[in-house]
Amino acid sequence: MNQCVGIGVAARSAQSTQPGCQMPLPSQPEHTLKQHPTTTSVAILLLAAGALAQVKPVAFTNAHIIPITGDEIASGTIVVQNGKILAVGGTVAIPADAERVNASGKTIMPGLIDTHSHVGGIAGADGSSPIQPSIRIYDSLNPFDPGFRRVVSGGITTLNVMPGSGHLLSGQTVYLKLRAPKRADAATPATIDDFFYLDETGTPMGGIKMANGTNSMGEAPFPGTRAKSAALVREQFVKAREYKAKKDAAAARNKPEDAPPRDLGLEALVEVLEGTRVVHHHTHRADDIMTVLRLQKEFGFRVVLHHVSEAWKIAPEIAAANVPCSAIVVDSPGGKLEAAEMSWTTGATLEKAGVHVAFHTDDWITDSRLFMRSAALAVRAGMTRKGALSALTLEGARILDLDRRVGSLEAGKDADFLLLSGDPLSVYTHVEQTWVEGVKVFDRGNPKDKLFATGGFGASTPTKPYMCCSENARGEEFGQ
Amino acid sequence: MPHIHHYRRFIGCLVAAASCFSAARSQAQVAIKGKIVHTMTSAGTIADGVVVITNGKIAAVGKATEVKIPDGYKVIEGAVVTPGLIDPRGTVGVSGLFNQRQDQDQLERSSPIQPELRGIDAFNPGDRLVEWVRSFGITTVHTGHATGELISGQTCIVKTTGKPVEQCTVVETATIAATLGPGAQKDGKASPGTRAKEVAMLREELIKAQEYQHKRDHPAPPDERPDGEDKRNPDRNLRSESLVRVLKGEVPLMVTANRAQDISGALRLAKEFKIRMILDSASEAYLLLNDIKAAGVPVILHPTMSRAFGEMENMSFESAANLTHAGIPTAIQSGYEAYVPKTRVVLFEAGIAAANGLTITEALATITTVPAAILGIADRVGSLKVGLDGDAAVYDGDPFEYTTHCTSVVIEGQSMPQIVH
Repeated sequence: MNQCVGIGVAARSAQSTQPGCQMPLPSQPEHTLKQHPTTTSVAILLLAAGALAQVKPVAFTNAHIIPITGDEIASGTIVVQNGKILAVGGTVAIPADAERVNASGKTIMPGLIDTHSHVGGIAGADGSSPIQPSIRIYDSLNPFDPGFRRVVSGGITTLNVMPGSGHLLSGQTVYLKLRAPKRADAATPATIDDFFYLDETGTPMGGIKMANGTNSMGEAPFPGTRAKSAALVREQFVKAREYKAKKDAAAARNKPEDAPPRDLGLEALVEVLEGTRVVHHHTHRADDIMTVLRLQKEFGFRVVLHHVSEAWKIAPEIAAANVPCSAIVVDSPGGKLEAAEMSWTTGATLEKAGVHVAFHTDDWITDSRLFMRSAALAVRAGMTRKGALSALTLEGARILDLDRRVGSLEAGKDADFLLLSGDPLSVYTHVEQTWVEGVKVFDRGNPKDKLFATGGFGASTPTKPYMCCSENARGEEFGQ
Repeated sequence: MPHIHHYRRFIGCLVAAASCFSAARSQAQVAIKGKIVHTMTSAGTIADGVVVITNGKIAAVGKATEVKIPDGYKVIEGAVVTPGLIDPRGTVGVSGLFNQRQDQDQLERSSPIQPELRGIDAFNPGDRLVEWVRSFGITTVHTGHATGELISGQTCIVKTTGKPVEQCTVVETATIAATLGPGAQKDGKASPGTRAKEVAMLREELIKAQEYQHKRDHPAPPDERPDGEDKRNPDRNLRSESLVRVLKGEVPLMVTANRAQDISGALRLAKEFKIRMILDSASEAYLLLNDIKAAGVPVILHPTMSRAFGEMENMSFESAANLTHAGIPTAIQSGYEAYVPKTRVVLFEAGIAAANGLTITEALATITTVPAAILGIADRVGSLKVGLDGDAAVYDGDPFEYTTHCTSVVIEGQSMPQIVH
């Protein structure tokens, strides 16, 4: 494979002076990250670090390291190579051939994991019915959407892109890793395949999106009440159980001709029943959360509770069900009846009850560039620092079944990490660099990248945002 | 108009003089001590400072070693003290928390031009969002009609005490709110349907108001036509009267304009009619720094964390810094939110601006002194200066840091019930 594969935007400018990418490796002075790479030479040196990560180890030294697993390291080193983390620690043996980057004054932590996002110009289920499990959100996703540039500028490296909550079941979600473009001439990854996490069968990983409460109710064929919502869901899962039983029976008798005809929707629900596809369930009110747990118990699927505005009222019940939560943190209560009693204490309350908690942006509801605010506001309301930082990273990885690969800085995991200008819980801190699998995909020192971090002319989104929930918002927020 | 509150209090005191004055004394004598006191005046930031509030007004501000706290004053202490913050343009109390039909009064859709609609006739001081923003130190809110119609109505300025509107109003008619751009446009054959139509309709309406006022100022002998209509002496017309106040410079026209061409359109109107104007939201203002500055028009900027879609797709976290450093008076608003969250909190919006090019003092100014000046209420609020209203907020750290708490809020010398978030 070409050693230039995976070089980020900035790296390409260096390549342009090095046709064919056979650039001689620069000698290895220890360069500092304190200065902004405003001069070409500094820029090329920094880029070289990104490019070299593919073949040569790179060691970031003297950084404040937050590994998530284990204690924070006041001044430590992280070594990466071939897209993986080689070593992390206060005292680490740095390979002799390693590129050294002095990250003094910087904080290094894992790339953030957003368990619930709507970026990418997506559109999932349509208005024809309330339950559409055959929908795959990645069939609608635009990898060129500038939303992804904003996402990496906010330090998010892995995200779960989901269809909306206007349906009881709006389709299959997809887990994405925001890798650098594989084609060196591309500004962004050319196809969605560049972003996939593939399972052992080579299938893109993802869950399934469900919702209850007001968003998924409406005119027929949508349910008009909560009880009808639950009944429609139960009917579908009963059907899926019977479909599975017939398929399994045909397989057991080795008579494939007896199997029912293929049904893409039921196939997806069978994956849910078998536990290979996790249910990501939009739910706000305490009674709606309990309804989800009731259905979960009946059908035995794996579920993550999303948003959970009123989870603070029933933390022991959620803990007893041993179900993780993915919480949203917004700047005020209200906007809909179900969010009228949201509280910033949700993270702390669930943490104390022993519930696994992650956060999410629900981008466009909150901005991916400000994801770290969620953790900081949760700490303000009593969550532990360790729990809140884990809720941005490792807890999200667990929810997505990706914790063996990402979510913490540990030897052997993917080299997805951030260089921050300061503490992750401070408003004044900026993401200076985002690295994915050992390649720098965002550099605030590069004006082209910074445009997406701050916004401004040219950072716009060509597609309308995907309206997850509200006709009202559709009409009034965006005017046109 | 600015002194309704005190007028009402005075009337009340006439009714029950003795008890009223003693109550005022017991409630309104407060001293606030802070390790850091951001006065937002030429006195700057005072280390180990104190603010003394007597009878609802600031009586002294200075170093704790130099200012004596009179006996019997309630003393509140904290790490950081700021003036009570101002939300320069929001809709709390008008666009309610529940977002149901019955609590949404920010926009009347029956006609594109209704300057006679008053914010005070809609403001609900008891809405939970009023208390919510107050709990972060916001003591004054410029609220009322939202963007979304060519002229949606009037705005008002209120304190966040939660008291009836007669008791919390600072300014009854602060601005008349107008909108240019797609936000005010209609579908199909309804008007306005384009930008040019919007400007044409506004010009027509302002000219109509000019002519109305001319006729009112120069009464003619009654026009004795058989149908009884007196065209030379028009009857009172609330719509034109409201715009006459704009034409006379008594009330500014606040124009929501995001795209550069809409901002230019607004400035053209200000020039033609020689009216006081405030630019609202103005997400592309950074493209027109020279024009805006030359026009002498201040900006009440969109929330820093607004969503970058639609006509605001080019908004920048750095706009507040770019405008401020160009010498344009720039405040940061909470704006209007149609969904979740139902309101933004200007403390946080200014904080993001502080992380993107403004100093802490400059960022504080966008939600204190600058909006006070833009809205003409600097003689009441916005800084910790002797003689101003005794409004202050107390924090246990840097007010902009996410993990800092607002621990106390004082409005006109009275400690507000505080839920610490």
